[in-house]
Amino acid sequence: MAKKTLLNAKDIHIILHRLACQLIENHNDFKDTVLIGLQPRGIFLAKRLKEILQNDYNISNIKLGQLDITFYRDDFRRRDEPLAASNTTIDFIVEDKNVVIIDDVLFSGRSVRSALTALQSFGRPESIELLVLIDRRFSRHLPIQPNYKGRQVDVINSEKVKVSWLENDKKDAVYLLSNN
Amino acid sequence: MKALSTEHLLGIKYLKNEDINLIFETADHFKEVINRPIKKVPSLRDITIANLFFENSTRTKLSFELAEKRLSADIINFSASQSSVKKGETLIDTVNNILSMKVDIVVMRHPNVGAGVFLSKHVDARIINAGDGAHEHPTQALLDSYSIKEKLGTVKGKKIVIIGDILHSRVALSNIFALQLQGAQVKVCGPTTLIPKHITSLGVEVETNLRKALEWCDVANVLRVQHERMDIKYFPSIREYTQLFGINKQLLDSLGKKIVIMHPGPINRGVEITSDVADSDQSIILNQVENGVAIRMAVIYLLAQQIKK
Repeated sequence: MAKKTLLNAKDIHIILHRLACQLIENHNDFKDTVLIGLQPRGIFLAKRLKEILQNDYNISNIKLGQLDITFYRDDFRRRDEPLAASNTTIDFIVEDKNVVIIDDVLFSGRSVRSALTALQSFGRPESIELLVLIDRRFSRHLPIQPNYKGRQVDVINSEKVKVSWLENDKKDAVYLLSNN
Repeated sequence: MKALSTEHLLGIKYLKNEDINLIFETADHFKEVINRPIKKVPSLRDITIANLFFENSTRTKLSFELAEKRLSADIINFSASQSSVKKGETLIDTVNNILSMKVDIVVMRHPNVGAGVFLSKHVDARIINAGDGAHEHPTQALLDSYSIKEKLGTVKGKKIVIIGDILHSRVALSNIFALQLQGAQVKVCGPTTLIPKHITSLGVEVETNLRKALEWCDVANVLRVQHERMDIKYFPSIREYTQLFGINKQLLDSLGKKIVIMHPGPINRGVEITSDVADSDQSIILNQVENGVAIRMAVIYLLAQQIKK
């Protein structure tokens, strides 16, 4: 399997700071804003953004939750592999809040669709936005687009985009994996 | 992710320890779901479940029904008392008639031992045994173990005594299987007339002195005296039973340690257990009821996952 580096640690560092600044532009002091990282891979990005907002931009009291969408997926019983759930931790109320859903890669849009449904179980937010590190163009199955994106890439369906995080995979990088 | 090793939940006897772990892990997630403002997930939108109760039940039926609704399944309910069973229809005919309405999962309680196993061989649906005679009641045993694990951190190595009417109890048998599978030590305690003759062949010890049993254990699972199943006298009087095998606060406080009190319900207050014990902080009876919904959601979810579109 061929592996090409799309983003290295330095690229990711710059992108994360840009995304943090874009969030500040729209959400000021985050008083009415909550961040929701999607399990399993979106939570690393969400935590990283929270750290940057706190440490580099002195924004305190940022509410961060993690949401698992397994029970809301539309491919239950349509896959050979059973789906494994992860933890959901949302210990605040999303009613009337501006929610930013955070995930690493936007591909078909189905996970985000499931997340929108799942979020309804926690109240009625004022608004919901989407932030992704990688936006895979030309691969959407649903009319879903990100409000904030780190990098847009053009990738064919047989190729895979893999985001690796220092805390989980020993290195910050984004790879393109293909079979040839 | 792992899947269950079985297509039906007919009894704990047919499960492996890994199955129990998988059910518990899944139940953890559902327990979080049922504590959300909106306690429902859409996973089983296209699954239909029939609850067939050929024997009276209140809490098991409610618990299954709630679990099914929380998973968004469509459900139909059937009780033998209002049905054609009274008109002479056989079990297979009854069930096949219901299945032709395109039912995917059958939850069944039946007075006859092995009814679930029999059904699983003759009809094309996943079967969940909600109690068959005095044989097994697997979801009750799962929720009991889950509640012990929640309270004490683990089931392995714990000492559990099951007290009361072991002879007529499907809860006792399923609990013995489940607890042993997870590495717990099990004793049974009750009047000798209510303890099956060959129970020791399952690897459990029999103790007829309640105080000794309580002093030994970490958890006491107190069973109901099943008056409705007793066609002959098994003990002289309720009063004598209460004096010898009833748990009261005085006895509990005199043990010098805090044991956990469980009861599968319905409680005969003042017979096998007094009100102050049932409502004390050592009792996890209401936790058992809450966990029952999460465990049943997990079982139904994991079985439904195997039904391919």
